[in-house]
Amino acid sequence: MEQLSGGEALIRALHDEGVEFLFGYPGGAVLHIYDALFQQDKVEHILVRHEQAATHAADGYARATGKPGVVLVTSGPGATNAITGIATAYMDSIPMVVISGQVESRMIGSDAFQETDMVGVSRPIVKHSFMVQSAADIPTVVKKAFHIASTGRPGPVVIDVPKDATDPKLKIDYEYPQDIKLRSYQVPSKGHSGQIKKAVEVLLGAKRPMIYTGGGVIQGEGCEELTQLTRALGYPITNTLMGLGAYPSTDKQFLGMLGMHGTYEANMAMHHCDVLLAVGARFDDRVTNSDTSKFCPDATILHVDIDPAAISKTVTADVPIVGPVQSVLREMLDQLDKSDQSVDDQALKAWWKQIDQWREKKCLAVAPAEGGIIKPQQAIQALYELTEGDAFISSDVGQHQMFAAQHYGFDKPRRWINSGGLGTMGFGFPAAMGVQLAYPDALSVCVTGEGSFMMNQQEFATCMQYGLPIKIVCLNNEALGMVKQWQDMQYGGRHSHSTYSESLPDFIKLAEAYGHVGVRIERADELHSKMKEALAMKDKLVFIDVLVDPTEHVYPMAIKGGAMKDMVLSKTERT
Amino acid sequence: MRHIISVLLENEPGALSRVVGLFSQRNYNIDSLTVAPTEDQSLSRLTVTTSGDDARIEQITKHLNKLVDVVKLVDLTEGAHIERELMLIKVKASGAQRAEIARTVDIFRGQIVDLTATVFTIQITGAGEKLDAFIAALGESVVLEVARTGVSGIARGDKTLAL
Repeated sequence: MEQLSGGEALIRALHDEGVEFLFGYPGGAVLHIYDALFQQDKVEHILVRHEQAATHAADGYARATGKPGVVLVTSGPGATNAITGIATAYMDSIPMVVISGQVESRMIGSDAFQETDMVGVSRPIVKHSFMVQSAADIPTVVKKAFHIASTGRPGPVVIDVPKDATDPKLKIDYEYPQDIKLRSYQVPSKGHSGQIKKAVEVLLGAKRPMIYTGGGVIQGEGCEELTQLTRALGYPITNTLMGLGAYPSTDKQFLGMLGMHGTYEANMAMHHCDVLLAVGARFDDRVTNSDTSKFCPDATILHVDIDPAAISKTVTADVPIVGPVQSVLREMLDQLDKSDQSVDDQALKAWWKQIDQWREKKCLAVAPAEGGIIKPQQAIQALYELTEGDAFISSDVGQHQMFAAQHYGFDKPRRWINSGGLGTMGFGFPAAMGVQLAYPDALSVCVTGEGSFMMNQQEFATCMQYGLPIKIVCLNNEALGMVKQWQDMQYGGRHSHSTYSESLPDFIKLAEAYGHVGVRIERADELHSKMKEALAMKDKLVFIDVLVDPTEHVYPMAIKGGAMKDMVLSKTERT
Repeated sequence: MRHIISVLLENEPGALSRVVGLFSQRNYNIDSLTVAPTEDQSLSRLTVTTSGDDARIEQITKHLNKLVDVVKLVDLTEGAHIERELMLIKVKASGAQRAEIARTVDIFRGQIVDLTATVFTIQITGAGEKLDAFIAALGESVVLEVARTGVSGIARGDKTLAL
């Protein structure tokens, strides 16, 4: 059997697990591991400029590919810097394995240099964690970590590795386990057939049906089945922020995103439906609005999710189905075929007529501003047209995120990469790096705002080092737009610490300082042409600084404490 | 409503902190907690008493089941069960008080397990209310120190919580 040190075994196990990229940053506690990395060429290490960016880059890679993202950081500050990225992945159920260095076993608990209790600090935001006890544990622990991270409801797993377990002088017999059995961790392989049958009966009996799906359909590779089922039924469908792309946005049955900044038609249809099929969605407060007693008052709720704890957590399900979405949806399609019941065509026709009336509202329409001012929505629309809706869009958090979700139509899953649950500013740029590495020939765009961008702008250097030709579309409104919007709407327009225009950097020069290209777009009439030029620079990272209307708000917007039908539609109109 | 949840847990470092952390993270109550290894050294048995409406208890058991270290669990209060708690209590006992306290201990089927000229140390087991009643019977003024284990429990009849 092969003799490897713990450090070598760790890297080798990653390779055996099929890991292509390791996003990381070296430091004292992981130097043995870095030395092992140096002496091989199977796993490629990407040196970021801050550990938070390593986690977001791994996360972006995972969201775009469906494979776990992998991170390597040192102990202490390296580990704690990774926390925000781990929490981001946890909230959105993203498969990720984070390897953190730890001080030597004999030093643990002594407040040694760069010591932190990583297993303890990360505990509430991981699916599971391991503290390696000795080098011999490493292959099994790595196998278990990847298995747990990527199966069931995925999530991040931390492996904390004391330095002595990677000592190059101590060799172990290396063998990577083929299978792993965990008596306390079982993943359901299919849904309960009786429940599925019942759900199909309820669905077919619906007069005003609605399908509402979330990130779980994408994570669970159920998009094709969802599309088939939705088309077979002819029912309207909406996606959550996390679920965009699961169903083609250009299809006529798609009502747009739902929720706080969802479309008028999607939210109205939710409120008035009599049967709601929820798949891989978790009835988050940004969907249901804060008072769940007002949520879908007339609906019989069918809820499919792989996580039993997601079912009846905030909204009680009438027909709960625990199982992998792909298999459950397939079985629903089978049951639908077999059923002698059929869709109530007449009721459905009336329902679509009602929905089409709601659509007439054209809630996302934007009037062009005067004086050549660019509306942020126009910038996203231009991006959509120029990329033919086929780019990978990583987003940061704030107004630009909502504009992108509303105005960039996603026809394919895994194209929309954003921090939906935790809402992590600074996520988008490093996530776009992970996407670009996964798909070197694809167009990886980061839609951001100047506030979010400044939270991880140091990654300009990483992009230069690895030649990542990301296109950054910055909707620059010289303010923390979403904060400012809330202050406008709820705090009498008092912009407490949400503006900083006099201290903003010259982003063009900043990009250039790192060896990249910067393009500024200031007027509506040059939006298309300049953005087209910028996107055409295939081999370059281009920072596109789009100066947009600073007074613009995101609408529709849910009215706090209301039902889904209660929305602010513009600065002057409410439902 | 009060529930007693018994959990078989991997006897691994950090497993207990995951359970306790889950309760604080999700704002669930822990009224009492007992934990010790079982006859199978790879497993610990943990018993937690908590309270909440049905929806909350359902969430608690679901989230406990999601923890990778949790092998199996049962809500004992869903069926007939036996619950016990052990209390060691130190009380002032001198002069005429001594006979009176000894009689009370007998009535509650406790035992005096240690004594000095002025102090009795008493061991008593039972459900929580019995232990409360014992303290009330003695009168709080004589109590010097109380050590209670928290509730442990097991289902009645053939039902078992085992692998």
